[in-house]
Amino acid sequence: MDRFVELKALSKQFHGPGLLPQRRGGTLAVDRVSFGIEKDSVFGLVGESGCGKTTLARTLLYLEAPSSGEIWFDGTLLGELGTRELRRFRRRMQIVFQDPNSALNPKMNILHSLEEGLINLGTAKDERRRRIVELLELVGISPAHVRRYPHEFSGGQKQRIVVARALSMNPEFLVLDEPVSNLDVSIQAQIINLLLDLKTEFSLTYLFISHDLHLVAYLSDRIAVMYQGRVVELAPTDELIHRPLHPYTIKLFSSVPGIRGSILKQQQAAVPAGQQKAATTATGCPYYEQCSRGDAACLQEEPQLRDVGNEHFVACLKIEGNIPQN
Amino acid sequence: MEHLLKIEGLDVRFNEAAHALRGIDMFMDTGEIHGLVGESGSGKTVTSTCIIGLLPVPPGKVNSGSMIFKGRELLKLSEAQRRRLRGREIAMIFQEPARYLNPALRVGEQITEMLVLHQGLEKQQATDRALEIIDLVGLKGGRKILRRYPHELSGGMKQRAMIAMAISCNPSLLIADEPTTALDVTLQQQILKLIQSLKQRFSMGILFISHDLAVVHEIADRISVIYAGRIVESTTKARLFEEPLHPYTRLLLLSIPDAGKRGTRLKTIPGTVPDAEHIPSGCAFHPRCPLAQEICRHQDPKTVNYGKNGEVHTAACHMIGKKWIDS
Amino acid sequence: MQVLTFALRRFGRLLLTVLLISTIIFFVIRVIPGDPALVIAGIDATKEDIQAIRAQLGTNRPLIVQYLGWLSDIVRFDFGTSMISSQPVGQLILERFPITLSLAVMGIVISILIAVPLGVLSAVKRWSFWDYLGMVFSQIGMAIPSFWLGIMLLLILAVKIKIFPLFGSGSIRHLILPALSLGIARAAVLLRLTRASMVEELSKEYVITARSKGLTERMVKYKHALKNALLPVITVAGIQLGYMLGGAIIIEQVFSLPGLGRLFLFGVYQRDFPLIQGGVVFVAVIFSLINFIVDLFYSIINPKIRIR
Repeated sequence: MDRFVELKALSKQFHGPGLLPQRRGGTLAVDRVSFGIEKDSVFGLVGESGCGKTTLARTLLYLEAPSSGEIWFDGTLLGELGTRELRRFRRRMQIVFQDPNSALNPKMNILHSLEEGLINLGTAKDERRRRIVELLELVGISPAHVRRYPHEFSGGQKQRIVVARALSMNPEFLVLDEPVSNLDVSIQAQIINLLLDLKTEFSLTYLFISHDLHLVAYLSDRIAVMYQGRVVELAPTDELIHRPLHPYTIKLFSSVPGIRGSILKQQQAAVPAGQQKAATTATGCPYYEQCSRGDAACLQEEPQLRDVGNEHFVACLKIEGNIPQN
Repeated sequence: MEHLLKIEGLDVRFNEAAHALRGIDMFMDTGEIHGLVGESGSGKTVTSTCIIGLLPVPPGKVNSGSMIFKGRELLKLSEAQRRRLRGREIAMIFQEPARYLNPALRVGEQITEMLVLHQGLEKQQATDRALEIIDLVGLKGGRKILRRYPHELSGGMKQRAMIAMAISCNPSLLIADEPTTALDVTLQQQILKLIQSLKQRFSMGILFISHDLAVVHEIADRISVIYAGRIVESTTKARLFEEPLHPYTRLLLLSIPDAGKRGTRLKTIPGTVPDAEHIPSGCAFHPRCPLAQEICRHQDPKTVNYGKNGEVHTAACHMIGKKWIDS
Repeated sequence: MQVLTFALRRFGRLLLTVLLISTIIFFVIRVIPGDPALVIAGIDATKEDIQAIRAQLGTNRPLIVQYLGWLSDIVRFDFGTSMISSQPVGQLILERFPITLSLAVMGIVISILIAVPLGVLSAVKRWSFWDYLGMVFSQIGMAIPSFWLGIMLLLILAVKIKIFPLFGSGSIRHLILPALSLGIARAAVLLRLTRASMVEELSKEYVITARSKGLTERMVKYKHALKNALLPVITVAGIQLGYMLGGAIIIEQVFSLPGLGRLFLFGVYQRDFPLIQGGVVFVAVIFSLINFIVDLFYSIINPKIRIR
């Protein structure tokens, strides 16, 4: 049974600089990613820079066309839609980016920024104004400031405006790509609470991407860990922090400094730093070089996500599990 | 025994209107990693700029205060004298190594120029010493690394290169301004470990500036919390996290998300950090403070030491000891 | 090795560019009104005379045939013979080239000598006397046409006060005034660029690092910042050299220098096809070569874009 948002073997390839059709070089930013997001849940996506999480977010929303694979939204396969229909679907999926400065056009006052989407929907002028006032109040910005320009607002306020804009389209699904990373700690909490309130009030589903593992662990119901374009582990949050299995997950989560100790519930035996092994070819496990557990077998076969029970999936040859059916 | 660095009442303004530092009081010793924690606009960068002596004097201006480094009053030194301290006694590393390293000079050159200038070494000696230093900071590759340009190094390696430059002349004080903020989690861990090892090896004092309480918790021995140009609380790490005194510190700790708080709302601090041109009257934190009373609106609280048994635990608040709000 | 592939690729592009340009010119000059046969024959010539001359020149053949003939000559480095003066085009060009080359090189050297020190000084001592001087100079320099400057220099320094010769060629002295006219005009642009580039570099973060290392201000400015600041200046200077080599036509006219500019100018007046074509090929090659050398040089001194 498909979930609200379902990705199946989604891949995104960026081409290299060559002139010829067989572009040489190029990066496989997203590599056959599959997972599903339940309605009304928060799905967390973590990984270090270059792992492909932002590309995944953009591809998911069709901001970049996928190279292969399927994206299902509420039972509809997005790849089969014509341009107009796709646009209608896009309204139901919105994104909030990390940097409110580049998300808001500095030459447009926020009234205009917020109006754009509504104009596209064909909303009448009065209705638009009413809706904008409603949205601003929802996110905690005084409607009296509606004719101000972005630079007249603080970072936290700008981010709220960006959230208001995303909401103006009445979306059901919101991708949040590092929405609070640029903000001060005391403001972060405000925005997070706002996002949670909005989620409850409007029955939203979130894909939450962040490098702040504490935050992701706090917010998410399920978490996927990405490494070099692939999902290496996927599990409900509680399950993941009590029983992390993939060596990269363990390394990642135990590297995070925490005030109340490690995010991981059980003290993991410190995973010894993998000896830097010789660079490998494209076969085998992508984590091989850094992995302390890897051996020759890991070079032969590419690990697939395996079901290890409790809705927990790991892509590691050293871990027993069943290949999922779909 | 004198402190490595003792700052008292440091008061700095920009263009008269912006009151960036309003009487900073703090001290730190050799062999100590001192965390300076604050949000953007709190004055932490201005403080570090003053210590290293790179405050742009118009528009900035030191109105009063003292900074005593190894027994010498920094504010009374001439520019030439302060320059001689830079690099040699007081060094600094920065947040984004990609921008803070000169793209047109080789890494080796950026290290050896300091050794030649400050220690009078010959080029060859300087190169040998540079090789030792980069090995120390975990840059394996010897001469090849020295010959590289910054953009040829990865993010983590760039940061190590910057650290190598900073420690090359054995400074007594290293100021680290958010050195790990721009790095990935695993790299951050490595750099933090490196910085800790430096403390041991070189018996230097490290002023570690950050907005991230978790990082500071990991690495610091003592911590000072800065808000709107003043140090509002200062003590050892253990005491700060176990028994925070100042409402700002307490609220900050409550507002930080972690897995254990799942399902509950985060405590927030209403409002925003005041900018330097509009500092509230009395205690700068009063508009946001759940404990604020009339006196808080009119009087800027003095810094008082609440430490027991000879420990130092200072805080600047009128409401210490009063009942705290429900979390 | 990678520098070599870079070089080869650029060279290939150079050949392509030259071929394209010369082909375009070939057809363009034959399409515009004007017939060399008429020029040679003179006003009183009869129709038969003109036809005869055309046959002699080969201009009565179909265009394509002419083009292919020319192409096959070019690859053997045969630029043909000037229709008007009956001398080999290649020889005409080579005779004049040294003068234009000297003029251009002197021009760019003067340009750099004025612009770079003044530009750096302006940036380092912003809003000081030197800065204002530089800004005023650059404003005036950009507004004054170089030929006017040339004429003024002639009037003052060759007529009124007879320091320099009025015309002719053959020694360095003949080149100084023209080089000055060229150089000063170009210096204005270069100065602004130098200043802007230096100001930008001085505001970059690595300069803060350099200062925090206790380096002297001199080292910070001239060792750290300047190296980065000069990069765009060098590129632009190189391109300007290319332009100058194309023949600073007007200057050569003003100073009556027997350079390439004058040669090509007359070639166009007289519709001397081989000369024009040869000239275009020559200039295209030189210009592309200069660009190529500048790029190569730039990629060597700018470590960031090396070898891509």
